[in-house]
Amino acid sequence: MTTTEIKTVLDVQDLKTQFDTQDGMVHAVNGVSFHLKRGEFLGVVGESGSGKSVTMMSLLRLIPMPPGEIVSGQAYFGDDDLLSIDLEKLRTIRGGRVGFIFQDPMTSLNPVLTVGYQIIESLRLHTKLAEKERRPRAKQLLDLVGIPDAETRLKNFPHELSGGMRQRVMIAMALACDPEILIADEPTTALDVTIQAQIIAIVRDLREKLGTAVIWITHDLGVIAGLADRVVVMYGGQIVEEAPVAKLYSNPQHPYTEGLLGSLPRLDQKGQELINIKGTPPNLYEFPTFCSFAPRCPYVMDKCWEENPPLMDLGEGRKTRCWWDLDNERPRYGS
Amino acid sequence: MAVDTAGAPAVPVPSSDEALLSVRNLKKHFPIMKGVFRRQVGAVRAVDGISFDIRRGETLGLVGESGSGKSTTGRVILQLENATEGKVLFEGVELTETTGNKLRAMRPRMQMIFQDPHASLNPRMNVASIIGEPLSEHNKAKGPDRKKRIEELLSLVGLEPKHANRYPHEFSGGQRQRIGIARAIALNPDFIVADEPIAALDVSIQAQVVNLLEDLQHVLGLTYLFISHDLSMVRHIADRVAVMYLGKIMEMTDVDRLYNNPKHPYTQALLSAVPVPDPEIEASRERVILEGDIPSPANPPPGCPFNTRCPAAQERCVTEVPEWRELEPGWWVACHFAETESAVLIDSVI
Repeated sequence: MTTTEIKTVLDVQDLKTQFDTQDGMVHAVNGVSFHLKRGEFLGVVGESGSGKSVTMMSLLRLIPMPPGEIVSGQAYFGDDDLLSIDLEKLRTIRGGRVGFIFQDPMTSLNPVLTVGYQIIESLRLHTKLAEKERRPRAKQLLDLVGIPDAETRLKNFPHELSGGMRQRVMIAMALACDPEILIADEPTTALDVTIQAQIIAIVRDLREKLGTAVIWITHDLGVIAGLADRVVVMYGGQIVEEAPVAKLYSNPQHPYTEGLLGSLPRLDQKGQELINIKGTPPNLYEFPTFCSFAPRCPYVMDKCWEENPPLMDLGEGRKTRCWWDLDNERPRYGS
Repeated sequence: MAVDTAGAPAVPVPSSDEALLSVRNLKKHFPIMKGVFRRQVGAVRAVDGISFDIRRGETLGLVGESGSGKSTTGRVILQLENATEGKVLFEGVELTETTGNKLRAMRPRMQMIFQDPHASLNPRMNVASIIGEPLSEHNKAKGPDRKKRIEELLSLVGLEPKHANRYPHEFSGGQRQRIGIARAIALNPDFIVADEPIAALDVSIQAQVVNLLEDLQHVLGLTYLFISHDLSMVRHIADRVAVMYLGKIMEMTDVDRLYNNPKHPYTQALLSAVPVPDPEIEASRERVILEGDIPSPANPPPGCPFNTRCPAAQERCVTEVPEWRELEPGWWVACHFAETESAVLIDSVI
């Protein structure tokens, strides 16, 4: 068997981001490392405040600085470290080789410019297309994301479109320059389920056609179950588990993932008991010196309070940040 | 026997003996005003002729997409909005005709839990005043009795007595929702409208609040109207489910029948669109992908409200409003073709 090595398009190492606020330092991202292979679909799951959005925004230096500060880390995109290259160069990457879709399509489109103008602007900045080729390309992009009557839609302002349509426009804009990576931050959270299903179908279809690598950030374990190849679970500004999608759902290795799956009601099950995860997500005013899930964890031991576990490699692409071996019901020290 | 838009008097009714609350041909139209003289030029038909019963002790799930009229339904039932037409009967008393002190005397028996625990608690009142306000308003408890009752309520919802003197901003979203729930049950209501009570909460907190609502239902014998867009959670908590679309109920029956074998094409499409947290199921699942968006309730399509998006729509669906009819005992559907093959879009929604 020949396993040709698939190229890694993004390699993030030890990313730390913090915010200096009135109430003190907020440690939003505390040493996040992950990679993305070409054409891969990576799901990033976490609750609000888990650091999933800040991580992705930090990569493109889109967080407001100050109060934000990227304290450490590298993010290799090809040979470039996105965190240290000069801003001019980063600008050609943002919206060009890396596309971004935000949660709220209303606030991320400019309300006083037509949809067509905004797509063409991105084509003008990031492609070598001649001026008269841009409009047909913009129309083609709207066709691609399933917007009917694209010619008319180009002349519309964002407020003339529904939420689902606006999100399609955002996807079209993100795809305008054939990005190598598409980062989607909760792109369907503000939409109704039937519209969400439309968007998911489009993204799935586009992925097959274009082979773009995707990072899909969500709080909904349901949405990425059918989309992702690999999933990263974030909690308290850290990655607590990483696994191929099937393994994560069938055999979670971190108590938080296990709890999250147990607390989710399922459409296909009746009379299921919902497991409470007691307590609340951590506040991030202190840098974690112990396991941030310890206060809520049913398996908590003394060790968890003494030392924050590292992200341990379990093989087969699985990693967990936990001292407790869930499968064998015993502590997991020194692996 | 047809529910048509003109509001025919003969309304078929899903009745039951133990109905705590009955809704009959309820409509709520919000006028659209225009021009200097504020003339009415149209109406948003938020709720457009719905009828159902809620049985004592049950949880009725009311589901639908945004703009389907589910929140308005909840508000009109509690008389927070006046109905444009139709009746709401609470133990036989017609709330739509009741006003003033008589209505006020009924209010303690029906309460509401709101969606946003940040907006529904007064930031300048401490927890004791928030929970105690209904007690004082309706003269239910004073002095030490009131204090005792507040402590009792706090422990019922899983908070501690020491929390009584704190302010809403000191609590997390889940805890705030608990305060809202304590306020809602303060007057020992029979009936609670919970309007998207978990939508604003983190995933790991949602289960806590839903489990609390279930526990309280058992302990206090509550009846819920649980309004939600989360179809998975509704399957978990509800006994029966009504599916709304554009101001009308499309289908209503008990959870098992609705989720296992939905009759209405809209219910099928809606359920098949809900992702299941299981990669194996997701990989093999059939889906109905609806085209387009929900039409504006200010300008609903003629005939069946779903005809613009329905993959099974035929000519009759555009010309004739489907009758709200009982297909089998306890199974209500508004679709011309509900019993035929043509309304079956997929074999299984999961």
